[in-house]
Amino acid sequence: MSILIDKNTKVITQGITGATGLFHAKGALDYGTQMVGGVTPGKGGQKVDITLENGNTVSLPIFNTVKEAVAATGATASVIYVAPPFAADAIMEAVDAELDLVICITEGIPVLDMVKVKRYMEGKKTRLIGPNCPGVITPGECKIGIMPGYIHKKGHVGVVSRSGTLTYEAVHQLTNRGIGQSSAVGIGGDPVKGSEFIDILRLFNEDPDTYAVIMIGEIGGTAEEEAAEWIKANMTKPVVGFIGGATAPPGKRMGHAGAIISGGKGTAAEKIAKLEECGIRVAPTPAEMGATLVKVLEERGLLEKCKS
Amino acid sequence: MNIHEYQGKEVLRQYGVTVPRGKVAFSVDEAVKAAEELGTPVTVVKAQIHAGGRGKAGGVKVAKGLDQVREYAEQLLGKVLVTHQTGPEGKEVKRLLIEEGCDIKKEYYIGLVVDRSTGRIVVMGSEEGGTEIEEVAARSPEKIIKEVVDPAVGLQTFQARRLAYAINIPNELVNKATKFILALYNAFVDKDCSIAEINPLVVTGDGNVVALDAKLNFDSNALFRHKDILELRDLDEEDEKEIQASKFDLSYIALDGNIGCMVNGAGLAMATMDIIKYYGGEPANFLDVGGGATKEKVTEAFKIILSDKNVKGIFVNIFGGIMKCDVIAEGVVAAARELGLDKPLVVRLEGTNVQLGKEILNNSGLNIVAADSMADGAQKIVSLVK
Repeated sequence: MSILIDKNTKVITQGITGATGLFHAKGALDYGTQMVGGVTPGKGGQKVDITLENGNTVSLPIFNTVKEAVAATGATASVIYVAPPFAADAIMEAVDAELDLVICITEGIPVLDMVKVKRYMEGKKTRLIGPNCPGVITPGECKIGIMPGYIHKKGHVGVVSRSGTLTYEAVHQLTNRGIGQSSAVGIGGDPVKGSEFIDILRLFNEDPDTYAVIMIGEIGGTAEEEAAEWIKANMTKPVVGFIGGATAPPGKRMGHAGAIISGGKGTAAEKIAKLEECGIRVAPTPAEMGATLVKVLEERGLLEKCKS
Repeated sequence: MNIHEYQGKEVLRQYGVTVPRGKVAFSVDEAVKAAEELGTPVTVVKAQIHAGGRGKAGGVKVAKGLDQVREYAEQLLGKVLVTHQTGPEGKEVKRLLIEEGCDIKKEYYIGLVVDRSTGRIVVMGSEEGGTEIEEVAARSPEKIIKEVVDPAVGLQTFQARRLAYAINIPNELVNKATKFILALYNAFVDKDCSIAEINPLVVTGDGNVVALDAKLNFDSNALFRHKDILELRDLDEEDEKEIQASKFDLSYIALDGNIGCMVNGAGLAMATMDIIKYYGGEPANFLDVGGGATKEKVTEAFKIILSDKNVKGIFVNIFGGIMKCDVIAEGVVAAARELGLDKPLVVRLEGTNVQLGKEILNNSGLNIVAADSMADGAQKIVSLVK
């Protein structure tokens, strides 16, 4: 088991004819993801041939609209590599086509566009991950996004993070210790996004195959604090945390649009204090995320179960 | 992106927000001329820098007559203002706003932000104008009134009116205040602001509702559709290295330490600063080379790091996902050669094509210290710069 995606998930790529979309469609296919088609308005009816690492060529159909793509392929998930000015529209098109899951990788979408998107999504069935995120992977089954697949290992630890590279870092530390992952989810570094920590934690909590979770936060906002409260009240599995940005100066946007301490709020110190207060072990440095989890698993007698 | 107060007021004026009459001045003579043209008995001389707290730092002067305008303009132009937002080094005043004086009856606060937890624009108001909203929030949070806006329909008149009543705008001026708040909201949405703060909003003796100050901050992700706003950027207010970095699409922020950092990914870049500090060092910068960095971009990143005279050593920390380690390695080697790097360089590579990357570094003949992990690298660079 896993969350959000598995070997049966059929995926389309919005923006498949762009360099980034094509590159990562190939990466997904190489990993074994069921990539079934793509959308590029104006190129409907054409095909895109992708030569895989194993020498095989996959020919994917291109559609003008997401609705057509879904009808023809039976896709239930979409990944978006559309340029920032058009990305919000692409998300809404996917939501309108009633996909279960939309993963938006695009970085640089205007915040007020995302405000509209969130409003549009109210009452709709679709779950959005991102934008400005690395995507979602269920090791050994399905990879949707830009993460390097080979660092992952199938297993029982869930990873959820606001940062792409820190997710890779955590996964790498786990894999090196023989601990596999059930799924790894990058929720993205933007202030207004589709899914928050709590949404993903809830899924991990309900997934019988996830035994523990690593949650990686950073400065800005209060999502980590809210997640900590939720964990304390609801989570039946151990959670280990890390918060990036302890040395970040206030008022400066640290790369991610959402990573900013404003009005003295959203500091790493506040977040770490809250996490610890809610019984979540926090790794002292980013290099110790894996080791901290191992320690907690040992204490809970879960370590052997998590070694895969 | 930040702009100056006078520019912010100009933007707001276009949307029907009432602001005092005023003109920008770059010299003492221009200041006096501007005051003459305004022709008001009282003129305010306001230092224009991208930082709040100017009043307390002596950057706002009330002049009675042109002689005083001249005197204050002479005092302020070229002066380094140190406010709680500038840091101890302060900011040099290069522009002044010369504005008509205003008969202030009472000061209020109105601010708009995008609230992350609701994912909506929130309009905040308080009858404690003039003080910082964070202070009010800490001391008496009940005095901050909020209206959450449904993006499908925008801010409604009843909400603006309710807010005006709630912060105790005098009854006879509630309609004017309502119009003011609606106009401010329109400017916020239309120009993709991330913050719009009117502090203070004042009611005047002649029965007007006026924005005495204006702080507008724009979403940099949306600047592609606001060429007019982009033109208001004042490069004098920004760090030179940050400007250079933005030209190459690098995300760079200058800090006070002596260990230069080059990292891919914002989260890892922040975490790298943290781990340097954890092992007793001080990071000189935040630098995210991004996902799709080319060799040229890496070279440029290196140059920017080295242009900081405080840098005593460099730590490159790369976890290659989209970014391939060999590309980073080639960039590092090319830059080190081109710049004749004579400072300690520690490189930690992990991810796609890591072996290839390590080979490029090892075969370069350069004095590069390889690190096995982030912790190892951080410890090595900290001990090398000591």
